[in-house]
Amino acid sequence: MLIHAYVDGELDLLSTVKLEAHLRDCTPCAQAHKNLQTLRSGISSGALYFKAPNHLAGRVHLALQEADHAGASSSASVQEMSRRMPSQRLPKRMWWQFSWAWAGVAAALAMAALVVWRLDPGVSRRSQNELLAQEVLSSHVRSLMANHLTDVPSSDQHTVKPWFNGKLDFSPPVKDLGAEGFPLVGGRLDYLDDRPVAALVYQRRKHFINLFIWPSDSGSGQKTVMRQGYNLFHWTQSSMSYWAVSDLNSSELQEFVHLVQNHTRGAP
Amino acid sequence: MNIPEQAFIFGAGIKRTQNRSYIVGGKDGRLAEPKMVERFEEAMLPHLAAAYNLARWLTRNGPDAEDLVQDAYLRALKAFDGFRGDNGRAWLLRIVRNTCYTWLQENRVQELATAFDEEVHATEDGSTNPETLLLRSADKQFLNEALERLPLEFREVIVLRELEGLSYKEIAELAGIPVGTVMSRLARARERLQELLTLSVKEP
Repeated sequence: MLIHAYVDGELDLLSTVKLEAHLRDCTPCAQAHKNLQTLRSGISSGALYFKAPNHLAGRVHLALQEADHAGASSSASVQEMSRRMPSQRLPKRMWWQFSWAWAGVAAALAMAALVVWRLDPGVSRRSQNELLAQEVLSSHVRSLMANHLTDVPSSDQHTVKPWFNGKLDFSPPVKDLGAEGFPLVGGRLDYLDDRPVAALVYQRRKHFINLFIWPSDSGSGQKTVMRQGYNLFHWTQSSMSYWAVSDLNSSELQEFVHLVQNHTRGAP
Repeated sequence: MNIPEQAFIFGAGIKRTQNRSYIVGGKDGRLAEPKMVERFEEAMLPHLAAAYNLARWLTRNGPDAEDLVQDAYLRALKAFDGFRGDNGRAWLLRIVRNTCYTWLQENRVQELATAFDEEVHATEDGSTNPETLLLRSADKQFLNEALERLPLEFREVIVLRELEGLSYKEIAELAGIPVGTVMSRLARARERLQELLTLSVKEP
């Protein structure tokens, strides 16, 4: 039994020393120890871990929300509630499903972020910008990861621009820069800075560029950030806030930014 | 693809934050503070994988495990006000375990009874063949079957210790048994597992 406590790291120091000495001398015990290690490495290899089905998170979330509502209005039994929950019902937006492994960590971080955000009124514009940069970068990475780069895949600016009609309360300037070596790949709706934004996707060789656009009257000027190997450019022009982000090298992205700036200068 | 993990996590976190502020704002400003259910989800939904894994092993059945996890979360929500600890996972797992045991009592009484029998009949066997053990420990199916065949109480400590990595103390609190019992149960569970792995012949 001591061997078990030993492999579990639950043995005190003195007993550990004694046991290790004993294991050196006693062949049967040494063999038992070895067997135990074999067994443990097999069990804890992850092969036995039952992965929760993808829909479970959404299902539990929905049940909790419903129980919460029911709890507020009536005192319906929580157990009852769960029985009545059809297992197929899923929430509309299933970004929960996206990945629980990360969402778990994310939730903890979100809590921390929120506390900082809410509790510290002195959070400067600068750090808000930092957070926004992080948000922009995350959107970019997510767009590449989730295989959801574009909602409207088209290199035709006259297809992409009208597509945003009715989806946004502004009309983003869309310009194909294929002639300049940055072909338009398409457009996508995204959500940044607490509002829906336009995301235009451009390509340079194998690199994708996300150009996020939304109206903003605050702030001006330009800003360059390098994060985790990604380059981010931010500027404000004609009351629009722009963020360009890509893994493209800084000078080429700069070139792209200039092109966009030139094209949008006179544009509506 | 090279994913900047930090960025993604942070991003997802912000997404969550936004989602929440959106919800709170959208509800006629009933509550300025994050709602309890939302605090609960932030604290407890990250442990969903562990909750499901435990329920799945205790019930040995996927759909039942899903139902029970949901039940457990609803129970936990009700009890969340009283949660002051810092070990949310152990707290939640205890509720999952209790939920499962209640269910087993109602639906699988014989399972709880068998657990007792097998404990009595468990034999100590020092003649484990290391080669066979090595071979079969690497075989997911063998392992799975062996662990499934373990009596409930043994299965439980193995899952909590080996799959969830809980300490003896955490397991003791969770299962409401003394630490010494955790240790002996775990030792016997492993011996039993070794036996099952090396002696059992897979039925055709």
